[in-house]
Amino acid sequence: MSSILNSYFVKTHRLEISITIIAIVLFLIYFFGATHVFTRFPIYRAFMQSMPFFGIIAISATFVVTLGEIDLSFPSIVGITSLTFGMLLTSTDGNFFISFALATALGMFAGLINGLLVTKIGIPSIVATIGTLFFWRGLVNVISQGSGIAIVDEADGTWHHMIFVDKLFNLIPAQFIWFVVLTGLMQWVYRYHKFGNHIHFVGDNKASAQMMGIDVDRVKIIAFVQLGFFSALAGIFTMYEMLYFWPTQGSGLMLTTLAAVFVGGTSVFGGKGTVYGTFIGVLIIGSLESGIVALGLSGFYVQFINGLMITIAVTIYALIQKRKN
Amino acid sequence: MSEQLLKLENIYKDFGNVKVLKDINITINKGEVVALIGDNGAGKSTLIKVITGVHTPNSGKIFFKENKVEIKSVSQSRKMGIEAVYQERALCDQQELYRNIFAGREITNSFGFLKIKEQRKEAERILRDYIGFTSKAITVDSQVMGLSGGEKQGVAFGRSLYFNSDLIVLDEPTMGLSIQETEKVLNFVKGLKNENKSAIFIDHNIIHVYGAADRFIILDRGEVVGEFLKDQISREELVQKMIQLHESGKIKVDI
Repeated sequence: MSSILNSYFVKTHRLEISITIIAIVLFLIYFFGATHVFTRFPIYRAFMQSMPFFGIIAISATFVVTLGEIDLSFPSIVGITSLTFGMLLTSTDGNFFISFALATALGMFAGLINGLLVTKIGIPSIVATIGTLFFWRGLVNVISQGSGIAIVDEADGTWHHMIFVDKLFNLIPAQFIWFVVLTGLMQWVYRYHKFGNHIHFVGDNKASAQMMGIDVDRVKIIAFVQLGFFSALAGIFTMYEMLYFWPTQGSGLMLTTLAAVFVGGTSVFGGKGTVYGTFIGVLIIGSLESGIVALGLSGFYVQFINGLMITIAVTIYALIQKRKN
Repeated sequence: MSEQLLKLENIYKDFGNVKVLKDINITINKGEVVALIGDNGAGKSTLIKVITGVHTPNSGKIFFKENKVEIKSVSQSRKMGIEAVYQERALCDQQELYRNIFAGREITNSFGFLKIKEQRKEAERILRDYIGFTSKAITVDSQVMGLSGGEKQGVAFGRSLYFNSDLIVLDEPTMGLSIQETEKVLNFVKGLKNENKSAIFIDHNIIHVYGAADRFIILDRGEVVGEFLKDQISREELVQKMIQLHESGKIKVDI
């Protein structure tokens, strides 16, 4: 047993192993506490349907958090890009390519602004993105005048609707497959691409990274831009699922998304993190609400247990870190 | 004496109102170790950051291997063959050793994905051949935070040798090291000459500097105030000069 605990894999993957155990324990509690719900498929389908909307953003936000930065503006970027997507899709009579290209381009532009404010102007990211959080949501309200946009006629039953949210074999929601594929791809970039490598070095020690010849500003800007892109993508997924845009779209995502990143084991101090952990964090945070209700507790417990989970997880990580030092 | 490697002409650098470098003219020859000495705030660090591309000068010319160059970034100066060994500051603590060795110039395929195997293999070679690490506790997968000051310095040196640079810039390489580790570092600097490599060397400890350098350039408040070859000045005289400079703000050059 002790040789397993001291093996190279275990030593280098303590975070990933801890989060996986937490998730397994949680799902065992669900399973034995609400057997009638968790032995049937619909609950899993519901999870697979709803988790990707914030999960995609959480995966992408892991890069920004690893930099030691934070982005609070993504809920509003989801809002403004979804509005753009809805307006374009209805006004072009369902032209997917134009709508998709411009909505994601706007998302990247919003990310670029965040990146420039942080690097070139020098505003701390937590402050800069509070500004853009209000700015983009405000713009959504001004343009939409508080009303929603239905895209049923333009989207329902189309090939692009199928690609985004259809059920594979009538069982697995397409968005979940996209979410898994994106997680794999992003984990690969995070660990094995030059960009992911630079993210780690900049987050670890900005000054050292610069002395080693890494373009710190460029790395940060790209990180914010990709988060803008994935926020737009998450918004578009949500639109296809709901076939409707509403002006507060995205505004509930902030805490669940960031909670998934931190529960997943990515350090708020930067330099260390895991995309796989974020994925598991999404499974945990995304299942709590239904899980708790299925266990027979009232909905009032949701926040309480959510808070408990987050606190336990980050305490474990802090202890692992302390032991290392 | 011999071929010149680096020449700075009339270099000025200021940060806002503060004039940090004023009319700097220096030359480094091939196979020569030059020590920059001077008090805190003399401009030593800024000068080497101009050479390594961290800062760009406000005016002045830089010649490298007799070509006029503008050094705009760290990666550019590295490509030219200038490698900086900054104290342990230029390593990232939570990242693995092999990633630190290749940070900023990763071995990648054409899509930018890292060739991990190759990096680890080369890092292994650097540890063994250039640094002479024998400790089993340190592998290429170790995080840098577990290394001692001397080991970190060793990694930084190994990195500079591996990338085959012509000019190695050493910023306070003996600061915070044990006596044995300091000895290793000074031997390393002496060994550079045998390979016809040049070095610029900053250190507060004149005893270290005197042992390792061929020539001394004294900076004071952004200006070069004295320059001596080792055979023109004894260690005691050099120490005297520094004390004199410290007390009077002037240096008497009587050679």
